Amino acid sequence: MTASPARPALLEARALAFYRQDEPVFGPLDFQLAEGEIALVEGDNGSGKTTLLRILAGLLHVEEGELRWRGEAWQRDAQLGDVLFLGHHLGLKGDLSARENLAVAAGLYGRRDEPGPADALRRIGLAGYEDEPVRRLSAGQKKRAALVRLLLLPATLWLLDEPYANLDRTGIELVNGLLAQHAARGGAALVTSHGAVSFLGGEPRRIRMHA
Amino acid sequence: MSRPPLAAACAALLRRDLVLAWRRRGDIAMPVLYALIVATLFPFALGPEEALLQRIAGGVVLVTVLLAMLLALDAMFRGDIEDGSLEQLVLAPQPLALMLAMKILAHWITTALPLIVIAPLLAGMLHLPGAAMPVLLLALLLATPLLSLLGAILVALTAGTRRSGMLLALMLLPLCVPVVIFAAGAVSAAQQGLPWLAPVAWLGAALALALVLAPLACAAALRIALDA
Repeated sequence: MTASPARPALLEARALAFYRQDEPVFGPLDFQLAEGEIALVEGDNGSGKTTLLRILAGLLHVEEGELRWRGEAWQRDAQLGDVLFLGHHLGLKGDLSARENLAVAAGLYGRRDEPGPADALRRIGLAGYEDEPVRRLSAGQKKRAALVRLLLLPATLWLLDEPYANLDRTGIELVNGLLAQHAARGGAALVTSHGAVSFLGGEPRRIRMHA
Repeated sequence: MSRPPLAAACAALLRRDLVLAWRRRGDIAMPVLYALIVATLFPFALGPEEALLQRIAGGVVLVTVLLAMLLALDAMFRGDIEDGSLEQLVLAPQPLALMLAMKILAHWITTALPLIVIAPLLAGMLHLPGAAMPVLLLALLLATPLLSLLGAILVALTAGTRRSGMLLALMLLPLCVPVVIFAAGAVSAAQQGLPWLAPVAWLGAALALALVLAPLACAAALRIALDA
């Protein structure tokens, strides 16, 4: 591990560990994530994948070890808005349509110039369902209604917890396409998965979690 | 990276909560009906004697409105916690306390405002003299947001626990005592033709304090609730 790269890694964890009531959940864990890099977080159920992502998002506090963001000690305010977290709970309001949910997210997080919301919803595969209340959508469509934030919100680091769950084959390809596009423009992503998915086609970086 | 404008974020959140409340307008009607029924029970229980009802009218309306607000209180953050919206809100590049203040405002508009609208009706049923009516409305306009703000802190503190409804009531009602004393004091002073400005000013002062501090306390409490 080189200590002084020309550009510091976007995210760096050193001996990161987490305990719940003195029971180790995971760690110690060392990894680096540079801009343009996509990594797959692997591990069995209960190995702490979700916990790791929640720590990196800033929802849980770092118990042990060190976390650095763009070369500096991790601070909640420094990364707010630069990180997009998509957890098990999708953060969608069932009584609002996909379009309205997206408008709220864009209001809070800001949005990219391209694409527009209508275009983003079409590309994510919700054409014709934009104005349907989200609670009437299928599980896969709900997932897409949450994933559409990836297209619109301007975050550098994506933390995606099981983004492939409930998605069909075209949905999985869609997520892979989004990840590839994100990496190409200098974004980074951590993606958890417990199952075998055709992740980005090639051989991705892997972060292995041990309980 | 430039952060999205604060005003747009506030507007988006306020609009979202108001639209959500409107799509479930049956829930808005519930506390109103509850207050209507409770206020109707008093003449039945105490007899329709005008002098008695007149004397208790202000206090009955205040307590009824307070209890009706309590019914809707524990739903303030529950939906957002269950569907993950709160996580998205906490991680948004916006001051969390201000965002929560918007949520509390939306909650006040959808639960307390309808109650204030029917308060003259309730007070009229109990023969409150017309001269005291503006003071009652003023006291309610100051007391209800105060209760929303105090309630929001407790809702945030009990957010991690299940079945927090009863616990919430037990924690909030003692805090309501000074609010009720000042609000009812103002109304009864107005009824007796005495100066009523002092208790109303106290309510206003407490509201100003809560407006600043309660959202901050809510933000801290909800961060802790998520960090568990």
